[in-house]
Amino acid sequence: MKRTVPLAIAAVTGFVLIVSYFIPYTQSWGEEAMIWFDILAAVAFVLGGGNLLKTHLQKISNRRAGWGFSIVTISAFLITLYIGFSKMGVNPAEKFPEFSWSGDYLTESGGFGWIYHHIYLPLAATMFSLLAFYIASAAFRAFRAKNTEALILLGTAFIVLFGRTHAGIYVSQPVVDWLTAISGAEAGSLAGLRLDRITSTITSIFVLAGNRAITIGIALGIVSLSLKVLLGVDRSYLGSEE
Amino acid sequence: MTDRVSWRLPLLAITIALAGLVPQPARAEAEPGIQTADQTAAPQPPQSPANVTAIDRPDDAGDGIIVKWTLSKDDLKEVAEGKTRKVVRYEILRKEAAEEKFTLAGEATFQKDAFVDPDCDRTKSYLYQVVAIEHADSKSVAVQSTEAITPILQYWDTRRTWFLVILVLICGAVILFIQLAKSGVSLKVRKIAGLEAVEEAVGRATEMGRSCLFIPGILDINDMQTVAGITVLSRVAGLAAEYDAMLEVPTSRSLVMTTARETVQAAFLGAGRPDAYNEDNIYYLTDEQFGYVAGVTGTMVRDKPAACFYMGAFFAESLILAETGNSIGAIQIAGTAMPSQLPFFVAACDYTLIGEEFFAASAYLSGEPHQLASLKGQDVGKVIGGVLIVVGCLVASAAGLLGGDDNLAHSIVSFLTDNVLGDKGFLP
Repeated sequence: MKRTVPLAIAAVTGFVLIVSYFIPYTQSWGEEAMIWFDILAAVAFVLGGGNLLKTHLQKISNRRAGWGFSIVTISAFLITLYIGFSKMGVNPAEKFPEFSWSGDYLTESGGFGWIYHHIYLPLAATMFSLLAFYIASAAFRAFRAKNTEALILLGTAFIVLFGRTHAGIYVSQPVVDWLTAISGAEAGSLAGLRLDRITSTITSIFVLAGNRAITIGIALGIVSLSLKVLLGVDRSYLGSEE
Repeated sequence: MTDRVSWRLPLLAITIALAGLVPQPARAEAEPGIQTADQTAAPQPPQSPANVTAIDRPDDAGDGIIVKWTLSKDDLKEVAEGKTRKVVRYEILRKEAAEEKFTLAGEATFQKDAFVDPDCDRTKSYLYQVVAIEHADSKSVAVQSTEAITPILQYWDTRRTWFLVILVLICGAVILFIQLAKSGVSLKVRKIAGLEAVEEAVGRATEMGRSCLFIPGILDINDMQTVAGITVLSRVAGLAAEYDAMLEVPTSRSLVMTTARETVQAAFLGAGRPDAYNEDNIYYLTDEQFGYVAGVTGTMVRDKPAACFYMGAFFAESLILAETGNSIGAIQIAGTAMPSQLPFFVAACDYTLIGEEFFAASAYLSGEPHQLASLKGQDVGKVIGGVLIVVGCLVASAAGLLGGDDNLAHSIVSFLTDNVLGDKGFLP
């Protein structure tokens, strides 16, 4: 029963979504199924919030390593929750000027908006900026010329990186001119050897072809897995019967 | 002669002086009651659009009507510099056949000659009017559609027929191979290195006395990649239970957390180790992308897990997570269907499941013949795709060599791109 009901819900919803894609009359059914999911996910956030509190309170209680960070986490969570719910600092809406909390909680003048713009966004940007350093370290490791394949990868990466800069054009243009001169070819006929042109060829032909092959594989994988889930062939995500 | 000039000169001077006293047009504009010749002529409204017709929108649930018209003659494609458009937009007015008054149904910008009214009732008939607008006080005469139109419910979206044909072929092949496997036919599946390494990774974590970290991506359970990740988690949890290794699963969605808990609990139960299951090891961090990254990388640096699994949908955080895992010396296995993140995982992880391998992981790790058979069904899909690609390339090359657009090869290419692959097929 514990697995049968979720399996039935998954199967019915899945088939409704498939049918709604092909039969115009049932389009709204699919949309409603997705709305149901959104409602479910919103309600489930309470579970997540509760779990966050439980995990960190346990950590503080047991004085586990880094418990001080848990105090910061819980404080930030509760303060943000309070400011968000109380709409602290929000300007009243034009329609209801007598109610100070009638405005939109996301406005920058409000406390919640202030937290978002002045605390959350800079912190998120800081984390995102770490990516630049990680790209450098990953590239250093990936481009070590250990074998023939790695050498080809290194060469391709060099062309693409260099070809995307102005320097790539300035450096390769004289070489192309020189080749044109010594080969006696028509002016402009060897322009395809410029680094920016080679980069364009690599990305628009080789990379695109590879990407499409991967995408076709992904589409087939999704079809196959979806079918197994809908038919109940793969039930590993449903937990046990007991 | 001299006399005639002498009396005409003072007359000319007086005329010029008087002309200077006559009010100039610019001044006349500022003075009420005085009008220039230009102002006396009333500004002309734009010319009306013509040939207003309304047709039923095809392939819909009987809720749409397409209104078409011929552009107003004043609706020019290009306007000279410094001039303003005579037609800025069109207003489309609608009324039910039995009603008296037209109401606004929508607007279309200049140079648009069609409008879709998406909010119709299939039990009613409608009449439409189109008006060319320069501004609020300058509108053309409304032009009405000749006859009332009733939207029709279509029971089948014909644009998606080819998509259904291909879908049925692939799904049929998957089901057929599952049935063959159930009847005892043995099917060979190639080895996938990344999945072979799962056991090695969990075993290594056990030997080192450290935990395994499983990250099921950052999307919710309604994403197929998350479902695929959870099915892999089931196998990893089974191995962890068997080897008595600690498994930690930080999630970024509440529903993923509850699903992961159920899955891991079932896997521990299946392995005969229900006592070893600890639900606190599967916890929620935050929905926010980089907040989640901060939490997970913090766990990595503090706890130094020996094996990290990244199975699900990832975005910019993929490399941050994988590089942090690399820096702590963990054995790392990733699987995702995000093509843009695959290079990052390939660069930073020991093994990467690329696209379809990721979706095959659950079947592969289960080792169950009927699950493995579904992979054979996918191969049929690849054959169909391959044949279409080869035929398409050959026919397109032939069309290019023959030239023109009225030969058979060109027709085949058009049919393939417009129907099978185009907006009537895979990309509706």
